[in-house]
Amino acid sequence: MRVPAEQRRRALLLLGAVLIVAWANGDLRFAGVSGWGSYTVRIINLCAINAVLAMSLNLLCGFTGQFSLGHAGFMALGAYTTALLTMEPATKKMVFFMTPQWGPLQNLLLPFLPALVLAGLVTGFFSLLVGVPALRLRGDYLGIATLGFAEIIRLILQNVRRVTNGALGLKGIPPVTNLWWTLGTATFTYFALRNLLASSYGRAFKSIRENETAAQAMGIDLFKHKLISFVVSSSLAGMGGGLLAALLTTIDPVMFKFPLTFQVLLTVVLGGMGSLSGSVLAAAIVTYLMEFLRVVEEPHYLSFMTIRGIPGLRTVIFSLALVVVVIWYPRGLMGDRELTVATVTGYLKKRWPGRRGAG
Amino acid sequence: MEALRLPIAMFLQHLANAISLGSLYALVAIGYTMVYGILRLINFAHGDLLMLAAYVVYYSQGMFHLPWPVSISLSVVVTMCLGIVVERAAYRPLRDSPRTTILISAIGVSFLVENLGLVVFGGRPQSFPLPRFLDIGSATQIGSVTVENITFAIPVVTLALLYALLYIVHKTKTGMAMRAVARDVDTARLMGIDVDRIIATTFALGSALAAVGGIMWAMKFPQINPLMGMMPGMKCFIAAVFGGIGNVSGAVAGGFILGVAEIMIVAFLPAISGYRDAFAFIILIGTLLLRPTGLVGEKAAEKV
Amino acid sequence: MRSNKLIAILVLLAVFVPLLPGCIGGGDVNIGVYEPMTGSSAAGGQMTYEGIQLANELFPEVLGKKVRLFLEDNKTDKSEAANAVARLIDQKKVVAIIGSYGSSLSIAGGNVAKTKQIPVVGCSPTNPLVTKGNDFYFRVCFIDPFQGRVMAKYAIDNLKAKTAAIIKNVQDDYAVGLANYFKEAFISLTKDPKAVLGELEYNTGDQDFTAQLTKTASLKPDVIFAPGNYGDSALMIRQARTLRITVPFLGGDTWEAPEFMSIGKEAVEGATFSTHYSVQAAPIDASKKFVDAYKKKFNKDPNAFAALGYDAYMVILEAIRVAGKAEPLAIKDALVKTKGFKGATGTITMDANRDANKSAVILQVKGGKFQYLTTVEPF
Repeated sequence: MRVPAEQRRRALLLLGAVLIVAWANGDLRFAGVSGWGSYTVRIINLCAINAVLAMSLNLLCGFTGQFSLGHAGFMALGAYTTALLTMEPATKKMVFFMTPQWGPLQNLLLPFLPALVLAGLVTGFFSLLVGVPALRLRGDYLGIATLGFAEIIRLILQNVRRVTNGALGLKGIPPVTNLWWTLGTATFTYFALRNLLASSYGRAFKSIRENETAAQAMGIDLFKHKLISFVVSSSLAGMGGGLLAALLTTIDPVMFKFPLTFQVLLTVVLGGMGSLSGSVLAAAIVTYLMEFLRVVEEPHYLSFMTIRGIPGLRTVIFSLALVVVVIWYPRGLMGDRELTVATVTGYLKKRWPGRRGAG
Repeated sequence: MEALRLPIAMFLQHLANAISLGSLYALVAIGYTMVYGILRLINFAHGDLLMLAAYVVYYSQGMFHLPWPVSISLSVVVTMCLGIVVERAAYRPLRDSPRTTILISAIGVSFLVENLGLVVFGGRPQSFPLPRFLDIGSATQIGSVTVENITFAIPVVTLALLYALLYIVHKTKTGMAMRAVARDVDTARLMGIDVDRIIATTFALGSALAAVGGIMWAMKFPQINPLMGMMPGMKCFIAAVFGGIGNVSGAVAGGFILGVAEIMIVAFLPAISGYRDAFAFIILIGTLLLRPTGLVGEKAAEKV
Repeated sequence: MRSNKLIAILVLLAVFVPLLPGCIGGGDVNIGVYEPMTGSSAAGGQMTYEGIQLANELFPEVLGKKVRLFLEDNKTDKSEAANAVARLIDQKKVVAIIGSYGSSLSIAGGNVAKTKQIPVVGCSPTNPLVTKGNDFYFRVCFIDPFQGRVMAKYAIDNLKAKTAAIIKNVQDDYAVGLANYFKEAFISLTKDPKAVLGELEYNTGDQDFTAQLTKTASLKPDVIFAPGNYGDSALMIRQARTLRITVPFLGGDTWEAPEFMSIGKEAVEGATFSTHYSVQAAPIDASKKFVDAYKKKFNKDPNAFAALGYDAYMVILEAIRVAGKAEPLAIKDALVKTKGFKGATGTITMDANRDANKSAVILQVKGGKFQYLTTVEPF
């Protein structure tokens, strides 16, 4: 049985991708060199995590039309859950040097995958508690209410010192995050959400986004679908938070304030509210630019003069970008189209017809 | 329940503190609610206009040594202009877009102003200059209760502005135009009202209120920094919602009640003073869920 | 379509540009600095960087090679701190790093440095966790357990205090830690488990402390310990004095900034706090050299953070000299052996935990200026 050319090509691409990741991650040596440099790998990890966060927020804001500003709170929940479940007991003892930790958590230790999944579930559970009251609201009010909930979650995490160590934060989280985990979770998120959106649930979400009253008239249970979207979105945010915790190896409540949600929101708007691949691209671009633009903030030593950098310019640029995009390019980078292999190859075929003939 | 037994003197002191804080929240809430009432826009940047006004006074006093009335007027004018610019640039193009898009734009503007402030003014807190009668140690003693002098000034300013605003909105043609635009933009346009101009005026008024609020805020808490507008912005918005968003008198009531609630919670339950900010948000969520029109608001039917 | 092409180009750029090496001078010794130059701790980061820069200007060479400083702003953000350190190590190829103001940022950056085995010298982070469990992190300052004890002892010995109350910023790990150590020391030194009458809290960004102050005053403590950043604390003390609360206020090293007095004005007269260094207590020759140079360049008296920045740089240079080469591991080993190094802030000896065993200085606000009161040796 001959494997069709299309499938063969896809399998080769996949193999190639896996090999590149293995090399970049340092698991494979090629011509004596391994790994892409920890700084670059770090950036790629951050890109992937931001992609997960952006896609999850996009599901809720872009596809279901529910404007939520509470993402940071759910990230915090996921981060803390993952951290507390993966930190070694000895590390915990050292870190909780001021207020001893609550008994049952002291010796709890799980491998990373169950910890991450549990982070998603715990966050999902709490998002249920938040969503049930909050989703009765609409538009701006939902945004403000979720913002409020995120702050409340953060303040609780800050004050229950016996569980989270409060303002002191956690350190010594095992640095499990590597390219496999982040890219794997990002890929999983992408395909899972793509399938969800292609299903009847997805159609329900989109109809809710377009016109709630009409959707209701068509028999769609508004509340149930909004809640499903909310819980899925938040659980994924929790997992993103868990990956972030394992990447930074240290977290504290101050990290999860509103500016973090703003960054994810910025990514979603830039990529296009309603395009998963848009979110992925925007995440890569934003994460990359954040680092690349350090250039404008650093002093530069040229042989004849030193150009003083202007610290803080990066955030100004990004805020400006958000305003500009939302006014002049409200559809963002991708609008609601998706970038897939087919569209890329289709585009390439159109430009260079080559041997196969036109289109 | 030992914590709940408070001697009368201390309770009165707490009450004085609460009125002082509450009147300040009320003052800023008025501006917020006015803009929302007319434009249905949560102006996230309101708190940042507040901050800018404070900085204008700071620089005009510190660098140019202008007399107080000039400083304040300058600050109000600059803030008004800035408010109009923001409206033209960031909100007008989105007038026909869904509300959430404008909200995103407002959030973006807010962050932009804050971060520009950080770059231009620097992140270090600066000391805000005070006129003689409000300076250090100026407080009046009433029995065993000490009241800052500023506490007397703020409610006076708040009420004065409240009446001025009510007068403008209910007794002038511009005010009538504003109310018309608030009710139905398209019909107002059909009636010959220059909607763009009215909205700009609304914004200018709201920014002026933010400016006065900012100056009073900086007088009460003479430590300014570019991020100082975030918390007042949030809390005063909550106060406005609690009082009935769109209703100016409601905002005043909401501000007072929020201020009192915050102080009393710390007074009676000091063990959870770390959660003080959470209560504002709990009040917000409670209001949105249980009584979305707030204390004094009217019921608005949802238009299909 | 234009936009698709744009996307393709951007994606390609994103993939390949990171591979381009940063520009590095051949025989130079690269030292990285990561400090918060923006964000809520910008003041501390800027003050520290001034000291580091000064040291670099005065001593631009070691072992015959030029020393190049590379500064990365960590924006008072943990993730940025980690990125900053990663970038310094990978792209600027630094052999040692200085930073950061803010213990939580130091912890985040320290983790990256530990993985890549580059030594870091912290100037002012005082949380014990920064060096615990990280062999590559050193610091030239004392740590909070000591600082808390210093203020407790001062309160009891000099102010004859028998009771105290605490108002702390519950969102700030520095304030929470320091308040805790003060409380422990105060209770153990007074041998009275109820000596700390109450602990009240506030959050960063709060400006109204009247409720907490009124409540604290009703407890009638002899002193109030209120660690926190200088802006908030100055405001708090102002409100206290306006409320006719005359109890003395004590704090920690974050109060040392000129804005403390410009915001606090007459209200903060008498406020007392511990810090790392004082011009008036300049202990040794090395300090005098630093003070003179600083005054010449910046036209004002140096503060503790600049002095500590200066010392961190000097300690690294000394380690490079002792090691004989500018290699990270060799530098680290030499740093461990730092003993009796005469820095601007006093004599620096690294203890087993890579913390500096140093004396603290107590300052008080008098006549709108910081007045040196006394030096407290480690106990």
